[in-house]
Amino acid sequence: MTGIGAGLLLQLGLGALAVVSALAGAPSLRSRAGGILCTLIAVTGFLTGLAALLGATGGLLIPIALPMDPLLLAPDRLGGLFMLIVSGVGILVSLYAMSSTRGPDASRTAWAAMPVFLVGMQLVPAATDSVSFLLAWEIMTLGSTVLLLADHASRATVASAGIWYSAMSQLSFFFILAGFAVLAAASNGTSFTNLQAIEPGSGPANVAFVLFLLGFGGKAELVPLHVWVPRVLPEAPSHVSAAMSGAMVKIGVYGGLLVCVRLLPDGPAWWAIAIMLVGGASALYGILQASVSSDLKVLLAYSTTENMGLVFLGLGASMLLRGYDATAAADAALVAALLLAVSHAAFKSTLFLGAGAIIHATGERNLDRLGGLGARMPVTASAFGIASLGAAAIPITSGFVAEWMLLQSLIHGGRLDGAVVSVAASVAMPLAVAVIALTAGLALLTFVKAYGIAFLARPRSVEAADAREVPPLMQLALALGALSVLALGLLPGPIAALVANTISSNPTVAVQSVGLGGVSLPGIGAVLDPIILVALSALVAIPVIVSIIVSARRHPHRTIDLPWGGGGSRARPRMQYTATSYAEPLVRVFDDVLKPSRDVQVTHVAESRYLVEHVRVEQRVSDVIETRLYRPVLNLFQRYGIVVRHVANGSIHRYLSYSFVALLIVLIVVSL
Amino acid sequence: MAAVSAIIIALVQVVLFVFLAPLLIGVIRQVRATIEGRAGAGIWQPWRDVRKLLVKNPVRAADSSWMLRVGPVALMVSSLLLCVLLPLVGTIPFPSIPSDLFVIVSVMLIGVVALALVGLDGGTAFGGMGSSRHMTVAALVEPTLLLSVYALSIPAGTSTISAIVETRLFSPEVIISPVSVLALVALSIAIMAETGRLPVDNPGTHLELTMLHEAMTLEASGRDLVWLEVGSWLKLAALLGLVSNLIAPWGVVTDFSALGLLIGVVSIAVKVLVLGVLLSVGEIFLAKVRLFQVPELLAGSFALAFLAVTASYLVA
Repeated sequence: MTGIGAGLLLQLGLGALAVVSALAGAPSLRSRAGGILCTLIAVTGFLTGLAALLGATGGLLIPIALPMDPLLLAPDRLGGLFMLIVSGVGILVSLYAMSSTRGPDASRTAWAAMPVFLVGMQLVPAATDSVSFLLAWEIMTLGSTVLLLADHASRATVASAGIWYSAMSQLSFFFILAGFAVLAAASNGTSFTNLQAIEPGSGPANVAFVLFLLGFGGKAELVPLHVWVPRVLPEAPSHVSAAMSGAMVKIGVYGGLLVCVRLLPDGPAWWAIAIMLVGGASALYGILQASVSSDLKVLLAYSTTENMGLVFLGLGASMLLRGYDATAAADAALVAALLLAVSHAAFKSTLFLGAGAIIHATGERNLDRLGGLGARMPVTASAFGIASLGAAAIPITSGFVAEWMLLQSLIHGGRLDGAVVSVAASVAMPLAVAVIALTAGLALLTFVKAYGIAFLARPRSVEAADAREVPPLMQLALALGALSVLALGLLPGPIAALVANTISSNPTVAVQSVGLGGVSLPGIGAVLDPIILVALSALVAIPVIVSIIVSARRHPHRTIDLPWGGGGSRARPRMQYTATSYAEPLVRVFDDVLKPSRDVQVTHVAESRYLVEHVRVEQRVSDVIETRLYRPVLNLFQRYGIVVRHVANGSIHRYLSYSFVALLIVLIVVSL
Repeated sequence: MAAVSAIIIALVQVVLFVFLAPLLIGVIRQVRATIEGRAGAGIWQPWRDVRKLLVKNPVRAADSSWMLRVGPVALMVSSLLLCVLLPLVGTIPFPSIPSDLFVIVSVMLIGVVALALVGLDGGTAFGGMGSSRHMTVAALVEPTLLLSVYALSIPAGTSTISAIVETRLFSPEVIISPVSVLALVALSIAIMAETGRLPVDNPGTHLELTMLHEAMTLEASGRDLVWLEVGSWLKLAALLGLVSNLIAPWGVVTDFSALGLLIGVVSIAVKVLVLGVLLSVGEIFLAKVRLFQVPELLAGSFALAFLAVTASYLVA
């Protein structure tokens, strides 16, 4: 047996052990034992994924008696990369959960579901045939659903989120199943090698592509299949939201890559344009909703939609450019999409864990009631801050490198040796750049808001004022997450070169590592070396810092209670800007898209209607896609349900006559 | 050798712009005062302000955090990095960190974020308001900024700004091509919005409900305020330098020599000051637009930038 096979087997064994220990173990030890075993599963997965990414072959063959290809788990390089992403997030989440879970989050079921979820996510990228892919996919979905429902008894919103999640994930599964069924029927086999034989432009391939886009797009939170995200991710326990957003969503991305890069490469141009449209719409819609949200976890959930939109935009651009033989730019775009996925895993899981730490300390996830946490929770604040920089694509974080590479590939993609490649590309590329730019700008606002309102200024509630830093193990997970964001941003070269291995047999043409961990795109002549950027900033900062030290010696600062004398002693913390007011200009600017409902009630003093006693303002921004697209369909189903109730009213005579009629119809059909 | 001359030029640029930026602000204010019929404080007043603020004891609110101390430094460092990376005096780029426009925009965004966080840190309504408006404008400027950069990069075939300036220097017909003019107009509007000039923000007001930049700096004092002010001035000076080199690239150093360096220094100083005077005169005729009309202005500039890019593909 090869190393990869042993790694996969070890994971399955550890997973079984973790389930048994969760079900049979003593409640006091459950979190400790579960956390340690889950960390071990994730570490094993990490090493297995790394081996596969570095080119090790081999796997686990599961013989079955059914008349189809055997089940084979043997990750290739791309699968290895995604195993690495998933298990990296798994390590953070397991460490964190060991000390964060309490009450229903630490129940027997929750700790039994955790290893199932982690192992399921590992097996999907390892699968090399559609049956084991679908099996692993269902294991993953099952584990995550159970984890989500941990707290269903005490909060009604969790139960509703559970229904949305189950419905949407089964819809995704249905589309993926149908997609594989179409391909398998056309190719007479279920293994990926057999499926690869299908011509990408052919009829079955086109049908399968649409089905896969719907299925994997649903898992990857793309618009308009994202409706479960703002309900599910906020309601799940924070470590579960981190695992879902950081890792599970990447499996949807993996599915997209599997279809467009491995199974049906070089598809027709409309595939690429469809993916770019869906990706671009998701990026814009996601970040717009995130920027106006005041609930920290809803904000992070929508921002996941945005990031996955950008990944798919990169994938679509790379497919489009490859169709026009702009290979260098196409490779760079694909590497950028993969880097975005990697960096999103790092910063978004850290952000969700940070949000969990805030909830742990204050019990509050509404930004309007937070504030001043930076002084009270310094480790959480630093980790959340670094991850926010990553999400806002500010140098020297991972998010910046990925976005930079995507922009470079787009602006160089429109032309090949000075000649315009096509009209489609010369419209698509500027539009894609504009979408990315607006997305980046709004992401900046979103994360300045999230960090600034939660961690800076004065506490807006008693809970925030009484916050204490979280336990050391949670701090460790947060610090590891933040360090990974920085490391991915500071050393993009080696990482990008490793990632490029997964998509190209000749990766040095697309991406090279230069200088001190810098990255170079030789095909389009662009270089970036973040370490030199840091060194330059340090150099220019020296005179500034020296002058501060000199000035601080001579003129020490004074601290005063009253920051703004103009308001007198009545400037209370309540009067600060809140997250809602912070996003108010944006709500007005994008009024037509967001359709906010605003309710202002003014109560006047009894003696004079010119004096106001108090004003009550309520603003709600709902998901337009949910209210306009899903509600009508759901209402239709509901009406259908009411009608059907008359048909099936419980009368046994009626049911017997139905069976009789059905039998008659069958006989008539057979006799024809 | 290229690396050494790049370092020398960067050093010259930083020193020159640190001296030039307060002077530029002084000139802008003085020109405005003269035209409006006021005496004005003279062109050296910003320098006196800097000296005054540096010897004051900073006053900090009890609830403010390290952000009030670090944010201004971050803004200052980001502006200094702009002066290092942009081709102002010369176009010889640093090896492995060329003056890539996307990198430059994100370095500038570090300063934008730092300023917005400083605005929030004071814990007052005013700072939050300024910060919120500042970030809204910054978010909406971003598409114009990147698309005009994209349009400018097409004739040069690279997004490295020194290469773009060199292309314009050696083939000046690029400068007056319609694509370039559209892109430059769009870029200028974006820069005016980004640096808080009229008609987006009024740099001359204090304690007015419509202001953006000044609202964020209200809680800062002493040396905290110095870095915020000088950092913003430097950003304006560096970006004006960029625009002037895109419009009139002559005088910029392409091959390193002592005489060339001197010519480069003098020419960029003159260009920036002339542009500053033009800016000041232009601002006399402008009133600040309502905050909720700013998006319309930015949408207009975005349309120009988008036209510039597509035209360069479909026409040229």
